[in-house]
Amino acid sequence: MIDGILIGLTTALTFQNILMVMVGCFFGTIIGMLPGLGPMTAIALMIPITYGFDPATGLILMAGVYYGAVFGGSTSSILLNAPGVPGTVATSFDGYPMAQQGKAGKALAIAAWSSFAGGTLSAIYLLFMAPSLSKVSLSFRSPDYFALMILGLTAIAAFSSKGQFLKAMMMVVLGLMLASVGQDSLSDITRFTFNNMNLTDGISFVLVVMATFAMSEALTIILKRNDPTSAAKQVSLTELGSIKINKEERTKMYKTIPRSSVIGFLIGVLPGAGATIASFLAYGMERNVVSDEEKEKFGKGSVNGLSAPETANNAACSGSFVPMLTLGIPGSGTTAVMLGALLGFGVQPGPRLYMTNPEIFWSIIMSMYIGMVILLILNLPLIPYIARILAVPKNYLIPLILFFSVTGIYVMSFNNFDIYLMIGIAVVATYLRLYDFPMPPLILAFVLGGLMEENLRRSLLLSNGSWEFLWDRTLTACILATTIFIVLWHIYKTLTKNN
Amino acid sequence: MNINTTKIISLLFFIFSAFYLYTAYQIQVFAFDENAPFNARTFPIYLGYAGLFFSALKLILPDPNTIKVEHKTLEYKKTAILVLIAIIYGATILKVGYFLTTSLFLFASYYFLGERRWILMFILSFPFVAAFMYLLHGVLNIYLRDPFLQSIGVMG
Repeated sequence: MIDGILIGLTTALTFQNILMVMVGCFFGTIIGMLPGLGPMTAIALMIPITYGFDPATGLILMAGVYYGAVFGGSTSSILLNAPGVPGTVATSFDGYPMAQQGKAGKALAIAAWSSFAGGTLSAIYLLFMAPSLSKVSLSFRSPDYFALMILGLTAIAAFSSKGQFLKAMMMVVLGLMLASVGQDSLSDITRFTFNNMNLTDGISFVLVVMATFAMSEALTIILKRNDPTSAAKQVSLTELGSIKINKEERTKMYKTIPRSSVIGFLIGVLPGAGATIASFLAYGMERNVVSDEEKEKFGKGSVNGLSAPETANNAACSGSFVPMLTLGIPGSGTTAVMLGALLGFGVQPGPRLYMTNPEIFWSIIMSMYIGMVILLILNLPLIPYIARILAVPKNYLIPLILFFSVTGIYVMSFNNFDIYLMIGIAVVATYLRLYDFPMPPLILAFVLGGLMEENLRRSLLLSNGSWEFLWDRTLTACILATTIFIVLWHIYKTLTKNN
Repeated sequence: MNINTTKIISLLFFIFSAFYLYTAYQIQVFAFDENAPFNARTFPIYLGYAGLFFSALKLILPDPNTIKVEHKTLEYKKTAILVLIAIIYGATILKVGYFLTTSLFLFASYYFLGERRWILMFILSFPFVAAFMYLLHGVLNIYLRDPFLQSIGVMG
C-alpha cells in the first residue's frame, strides 16, 4: 500500500495535476453556485476537455470540479436558500437562517471549514479502508436499502419542530407522490401523466427543488414585505458579519465533524446512497445527540446544524469513490458520470484497479486531500466578497433568483410546460410555508422515492410478496430497529414536553 | 373540532390523496403482472393510503400550535403580478428567445417591485443577461435557443 501511496503522491503532486485541481475547484465553485447547474452538469461539461489528458489527470480535474461544485452549492444554499445540488439541501436548514441573522460570513466560514474537515477525514478513511470497504458495500441487499430509505425519511422527525410531525409526514407522502409521476422504471407503464407527454419522464429534481426552495423563498419575501418581523430581517440581511469562528462555535464543530464525517463516508460508500442521504442523516443524528437547548436552535441558525450536513456531504463525496473505483458501481449520479468518463479512457474500474492502475487509484485519493486544501485556500479569502450577494437590494435580488430558477429549468428541458409546473409548485409551496408545512421532508422524499420503490419491488419480488424481508436479515432488522427507536423517542419527547 | 386554515389544507390533502389513490387503482398493468407481488400500481396505492392516514390524523387530532397569518399585511397583489410576469416569461421564452424575454422579465420585475433607478435597471437586465448568456452559450457551450438573436444575425 505504501508503494501505491507514493505513486499516487508523485502523480498528484505534478505541476499539471495541481493546476488541474485548482482549475477544477475554481470552476466547480462557480458552476455549483448557479442554481440548476450542479456537479453532474459541471463534470459532464468537463468530459470533452478531459479526453485531451491522461486518465489520472482527467479524473483529478473532474474530482476537483466535484468538490468545488458541492461547496458552490452550499454557498447558494446559505445565501439564497437555493440549493442547486441535492447534497446541499440540508445545508440551507441552518445556513440560510444564520445568513438572515447577519452572520452570512460566519455561515460560509463554518461551511468551508466543515467541508474541509469532512473531506480531509474521509480522504484518510478512504486511504486505509477503500479495499475492505468495497466488501462491506457489497453486502448491502435491497431490503437493507429499503430500510435505509425508511430511516432517512424517519429523520424528518428531526426537521419538524414541536407539533409539526404530522405536517412533515404529509410532506413526505407528497414528495413520494411527486416522485411517482412518469414511467414506471421496470414496466415503462406511465403513471399520473394524464396523457401529458411532458410528464412521461417524471418531474425533475431541479424543478422541484427550485420551486420549493428558491422560487417559493422569493415569493415569500415579496408576500411578507410589509410584515414588521420580516422587515427587521431584511435590515439584518445587509450585515455580512465576521467570518471569524469563536471558541464556543469551534468547540461545537470539534464534536460534530468527526461523527458526521463517519456517517457521511459510510453512506457515501453505499452504492446509490450518496451525499444527499448522508447530509440528511447527519443532520438528523446531530439533532438527536445535542443538548435540548441546542436542539431548539436547529432550523434557526445552529452551528451544529450547519456543520453536520456540510461535513457529511463532502465526506460522502469521497466515500462515493469507493464503489466507483473498487466495484465499478457509482455511489451517486455524479460518480456515474465520472464512471462513464473512466470507461471512455479505457480504464475498467473494479476490485483489481488498485493493482492494475495504481497511479489512477492512488492519485485520485491523494488529489482529494490536495483538493480540499486548495478549496479552503481559494474560498476562505473570497467569503467576504461572496457574502455581498446578500447586500443586493431585494428589488433586484428577487427577480434575479426567479431568473436563475427559470434559467436552470430552461437549459435542462427547453420546455414551457416545465416552467409552468415550477411556477405552480412554487405557488403551492409558498402557501404551505405560510402555515409552517416544512419543505425539506418533501425534497428528501422526492429524492428517495424512485430508489425506495425500486428496492421495495426487488425485496417483495424476492420474498414472493411477503413482508418478512424486513426482519429476515440482521442488517435490515437493525436499521428498522433504529428507525422505530427514533420514532418512539420522538413520541416520548413530545409527550414528556407536553406534560 | 376547531376549523383553521391548517385543517382546511389537511382536508384538501385528504381529498388529493383520495384522488391519487383512485388514479393509482386505474393504472393499467400488464395482464401477467396483475397478480404479481409488486407491479406499477403497488407503491402508489401504499402512498395513497399513507396520504389518507396522515391527513386524517391531522384533521382529527387537536392542533396545539395554530398558525395565525396576518393576511392584511401580506402583499398578495405584488406577488400575483410577479407570478403573472413569470408565466408570461415562461410562455414567450421559446418563441421569442432567451435574451429578449429574460431581459424584459428582469426589467419588468424590477419595475413592479418599486425600483425606479432606470440606468441600474437597464444594466441589470439587458447587459447582465448578455453577459450571462455569453457565459452559458459561449464559454460553457450550453445551447440556448434564441430566434430573436438569430433573426438579427447575432447568433448563428
